[in-house]
Amino acid sequence: MNDQLAQEIVTKDHRETEFRRELRRAVRVMIEARWPVLALVILLATAIAAAFGPALAPFDPNRQNLILRLADPMSSGPDGSVFWLGSDVLGRDVLTRLLYGARVSLLVGIAAIAVGGTIGIVAGLLSGYFGGWVDDVIMRLGDIQLAFPFILLAIMFLVVLGSGIWNLILVLGVGQWVTYARIVRADTLSLREKEFVEAARALGDSTTSIIFRTILPNILAPLTVIASFNVASVILSEAALSFLGLGVPPSVPTWGSMLAESRDTLVANKWWLAVFPGVAIVLTVLSFNILGDWLRDFLDPRLRERT
Amino acid sequence: MGSYILRRLLQSIVVVIGVTMVSFLALQAGGDPTYLFVSERASLEEIEATRRALGFDRPLHEQYLSFVGDLVRGDFGQSLSYRQPAMEIVLEALPATIELTLFAMAIALLLAIPLGVLAAIHRGTAWDGSITTMAMFGQSIPSFWLGIMMILFFGLYLRWLPISGQVPFLIPLMEGDFGTALGNLPRTILHLILPGIAVGTYSLARNTRLVRSSLLEVLEQDYVRTARSKGLPEMRVLVHHALRNAWLPVVTIVGLEFGFLLGGVVVVETVFSYPGIGRLLFAAINQRDIPLVQAGVILLAGIFILLNLLVDLIYVRLDPRMKLAEGRG
Repeated sequence: MNDQLAQEIVTKDHRETEFRRELRRAVRVMIEARWPVLALVILLATAIAAAFGPALAPFDPNRQNLILRLADPMSSGPDGSVFWLGSDVLGRDVLTRLLYGARVSLLVGIAAIAVGGTIGIVAGLLSGYFGGWVDDVIMRLGDIQLAFPFILLAIMFLVVLGSGIWNLILVLGVGQWVTYARIVRADTLSLREKEFVEAARALGDSTTSIIFRTILPNILAPLTVIASFNVASVILSEAALSFLGLGVPPSVPTWGSMLAESRDTLVANKWWLAVFPGVAIVLTVLSFNILGDWLRDFLDPRLRERT
Repeated sequence: MGSYILRRLLQSIVVVIGVTMVSFLALQAGGDPTYLFVSERASLEEIEATRRALGFDRPLHEQYLSFVGDLVRGDFGQSLSYRQPAMEIVLEALPATIELTLFAMAIALLLAIPLGVLAAIHRGTAWDGSITTMAMFGQSIPSFWLGIMMILFFGLYLRWLPISGQVPFLIPLMEGDFGTALGNLPRTILHLILPGIAVGTYSLARNTRLVRSSLLEVLEQDYVRTARSKGLPEMRVLVHHALRNAWLPVVTIVGLEFGFLLGGVVVVETVFSYPGIGRLLFAAINQRDIPLVQAGVILLAGIFILLNLLVDLIYVRLDPRMKLAEGRG
């Protein structure tokens, strides 16, 4: 009993030092590459905007002020309040709406990956482990989905199901599962025959336990890279769908819908309405892309040579 | 090789069936579709009569079969807002969309190859750095926002290029009116520049990275080293040995690209008031004209599937290893 306990403590200790060493290496790779540090700072700022938006924002996002419509950036109202980034056609503060918009982008981006990742991982594990008809059915379903330009699929379903944040997350999430399923399937196929999986089987572990406790932890790392790039592309899709009017209800400010509204005042050269939400999208998406690159470099330095 | 083509064809058929199922279910997913076809003030009897007339009272599988039967006969239903066959309206808008997609694709490919090669052969230099940084940005900019920015700058500020509309080229060409087609061409291209860049930039950025990494990988291979050590000029090594093998991933992307670009077109056409399928779909979405949405989506998906099939068949011809593998099997 004592021996076992000691053994456990030793392994735990070992794991911890290993974890610290990996963490140090992660930070080193990050600082060497420079850009990821900036990306992380931007994402932290976006996350803070999303979490504390209401506290940070100078105004109510839906408060209209018909006297101060289309105010220039940096202009101030009679009561001394400043519209740092200008106001829109209804006199709503652009900065406030940008801060609130961060919520939708981040929430939808991350929740959609959680949905798509979970479906994809489970599908990939089943497909790779069982093979046969299970594999055939799952992979052909994936082929069918990929044969459909994703944005069309999303449009079709949102038109019929109605827009709304949960439908948006669901559609964007389901749109991602195939990528995860394919990668997980390939990894599972090769791990299935490895000795440690054989061993678990010989010890009489249940199939569920083998799949989720023996195989799964060994294939998660590369998925974080995919997930990071994926959040970026989901945020882009969300912005596009919001732009088309298929996103969240109009009362919730999003970067995409702000851009859609900006089109009407474009010819009147109210540039701030079009510039700022776009910059917010680009910075967020760019940061996720840079972080994805960094994660890939960190997890597999060999890849760096090639890409 | 024959068996591969057969298998691939069968797979495409399965996918087509899948597409019809998805678009059929899309109509049903929102509840009783009858309400889309009647006015808000319709009486219960009217609603019931419409339901019967359109067959929505029958079991789902029967409805699906008759839906597919109609599709096979070329009947995609009536557009609710135009009161015309939905497919006719979509087909009228198709040439404009094809012009835009091809233009964007030309940008995405013709620029990506030299940029990617340039970055790869000058790896680690300022060339490489600025190209990869720009590619990183290109992959992070929403196409529609890029469109809006270009409208602001090139259209409204500099007044260099038109910011909306389209001049038909393919339509007169198909009607055999070559004079008009050629006469229109300069203005067609002028109208395509801004929306084309907006649609194509993401793909351009991705392809540049792809060409670069694919070429870097090939350049490390033994046969390239052999060619170099034989004393062949670098240009010859690059074109005859490296690029030939770096082609394959690029070919795969081209087919997938078209579908991807079609997706981008939907949004960008709206920005530029460009009269293609995208803008049509956008209007149909807002009017909840489901048959029109279905017709548009099925047509675009059909084109996409066909192209994917073609790409795979070309791939077999391009890659001698696949032929060998098939021959042995």
